[in-house]
Amino acid sequence: MAKKPKSPLAFAPVNAPSNPADVKALAVCAALGNKPDELLEILHALQHDLGYVPESTLPVIANALNLSRAEVHGVVTFYHDFKRAPQGRHTIKICRAEACQAMGTEKLCDHAEKKLGAKLGGTSKDGAYTVEAVYCLGNCALSPAVLIGDRLHGKVDAKRFDEIVASLDNASLSQETAA
Amino acid sequence: MITIFVPRDAAALSVGADDVAAAIASEAKRLEKDVKIVRNGTRGMLYLEPLVEVETAKGRVAYGPVAAKDVPDLFNAGFLDGAKHKLCHGPTEDIPYFKKQERLTFARCGITDPLSIEDYRQHGGFVGLSKALKMKTIDIVTEVTASGLRGRGGAGFPTGIKWKTVHDIKADQKYIACNADEGDSGTFADRMLMEGDPFCLIEGMTIAAIAGGATKGYIYIRSEYPHAVQAMREAITIARKANWLGDKIQGSKYAFDLYVRVGAGAYICGEETSMLESIEGKRGIVRFKPPIPAIEGLFGKPTIINNVMSLAAVPIILAKGGEFYKNYGVGRSRGTLAFQLAGNIKQGGLVEKAFGVTTRQLIDDWGGGTATGRPVRAVQVGGPLGAYLPQSKLDVPMDYEEFIKIDAMVGHGGLVVFDDSVDMAKMARFAMEFCAIESCGKCTPCRIGAQRGVEVIDKIIGDDNRAKNLELLEDLCVTMTDGSLCAMGGLTPMPVMSAVKGFPNDFQRKAPEKKIAEAAE
Repeated sequence: MAKKPKSPLAFAPVNAPSNPADVKALAVCAALGNKPDELLEILHALQHDLGYVPESTLPVIANALNLSRAEVHGVVTFYHDFKRAPQGRHTIKICRAEACQAMGTEKLCDHAEKKLGAKLGGTSKDGAYTVEAVYCLGNCALSPAVLIGDRLHGKVDAKRFDEIVASLDNASLSQETAA
Repeated sequence: MITIFVPRDAAALSVGADDVAAAIASEAKRLEKDVKIVRNGTRGMLYLEPLVEVETAKGRVAYGPVAAKDVPDLFNAGFLDGAKHKLCHGPTEDIPYFKKQERLTFARCGITDPLSIEDYRQHGGFVGLSKALKMKTIDIVTEVTASGLRGRGGAGFPTGIKWKTVHDIKADQKYIACNADEGDSGTFADRMLMEGDPFCLIEGMTIAAIAGGATKGYIYIRSEYPHAVQAMREAITIARKANWLGDKIQGSKYAFDLYVRVGAGAYICGEETSMLESIEGKRGIVRFKPPIPAIEGLFGKPTIINNVMSLAAVPIILAKGGEFYKNYGVGRSRGTLAFQLAGNIKQGGLVEKAFGVTTRQLIDDWGGGTATGRPVRAVQVGGPLGAYLPQSKLDVPMDYEEFIKIDAMVGHGGLVVFDDSVDMAKMARFAMEFCAIESCGKCTPCRIGAQRGVEVIDKIIGDDNRAKNLELLEDLCVTMTDGSLCAMGGLTPMPVMSAVKGFPNDFQRKAPEKKIAEAAE
């Protein structure tokens, strides 16, 4: 990395990164060939491992891909998926698009906000849940739809929502016990 | 051994298909029955999911919707022999919902194991590509042009003409990009195909690549579709191993390889030039046209861009000929479209049918009316940028040109049904709100117009200078339609104005006390 010619326009750190997130970012970039067109994949991978994209990694990624820091910042902030701050342990995505509206997702959103004590886009006080609105999960024949991690749920009403949240609690409890 | 099918489609999983499969496995073990569980795609009768099928002497027999707790009872009733049960629907292919369809693109979906390349071949897979490998590239283009296939993403541009442009250009590198950023609410056909018959898309893309001279392809799948991403990635790996992708495909002179790129939650990336930017790892900002992507597309090279549905129709066109495909449909809308019944509908799912069927037929004959049992008041056809149709327009045949005549669009074939409890002023406001959230921000009519649109509609709802603001809204819509760079800002006025014109009373209701101002915050 030290041998790489530096663009005079790149706002990048000269020293090799030392904090774990930055080291991770560097490794992810290298694994994807340090190619600028892989930026979205890099950010997905980083967020998958760290839960969000820490600010400190932006110049590290920029340097590795030979982009400006502004370009990386621009991409991170453009896409709804990329988070710049830590999220709850579970991110609950509730579909708020038309098909789910036709089946009462507005009510479901209200219920979720009350149940979790967090507004859409926010995180519950105990840090357990982030709840956010998304627009279409492709489960429009079984509305309203909710996505948690890679698990999709259909026909979710208030009762089912509570059951799903309870199952998350149980899962994380048993994980903690196992640990 | 008895074969049992339990779908692995995300919609089926969303209502417990994994639990059902596990319950069947454990019950079979307990009763010492020799069963093989195949995780197929979905048949598209999503209202019956999880739909379990049992292979019997008289064909596949359907049970659904099955919950895990129903499984012991099904074994007791003798469902392994296709016995009667309250969840039994008889032979799957005789269910009217399925039988009345014209399955061309989705011919295999739900029947095969999506990741079995042997299944795929046994059910007519790779016939089209095998033919294409022996044809002159221009003849492939001609065949697709003759089929009358038009872009299924919504724009309806003739696919063959797009391919011809790329075919005729000389370049050191050409690409093909498949738009699988199916962001429209009420649509799930792309997802269903990618999860239920991924090799079909791979075959269609390979044929397109050979025709246009592309050697590299990308499938841009939205991040909201983790199951489709996984299915496509696995299918690509399998296809590579079997030499249906890679160098010298099946001993021919052609090379083609395929990569999956995952979006990051931006609706605008379904716009083709924005998608190209995103595949290049940039912000999904819309590009100016010209140059069109067929001439200067991905990484500045000539690029064929097609929707999943357009590409997935190609294998059968090559296998059975353009004439065969053209025999379906009406007017200049040829072939079939995968209609998706969604929202407040009793029997939601996917209905593949030739163009010419009406909205009312789809909702009544297949959908069985609303889920709530109340009367249908509005149907949004073609996604969030499509028009809201009132009852009086439900008998217009599904046909690109006929829909343009009524200021609507067929789009990607999604139908979102609303009952009589819907407030259309609220839906019009949502269309503007959605545009404000998802605008890429490049052009002013879309970026600022959508924001102003929300405000103006709030004033109309709040009975603040109603007549004047309705006039202002119409004026704003004209500006957005004429002045926006792409379909996002250009078509947002369609749902808005269709609501204003089709449901005028909803914009004249007594203003709610202050509520709206709070909601706008």
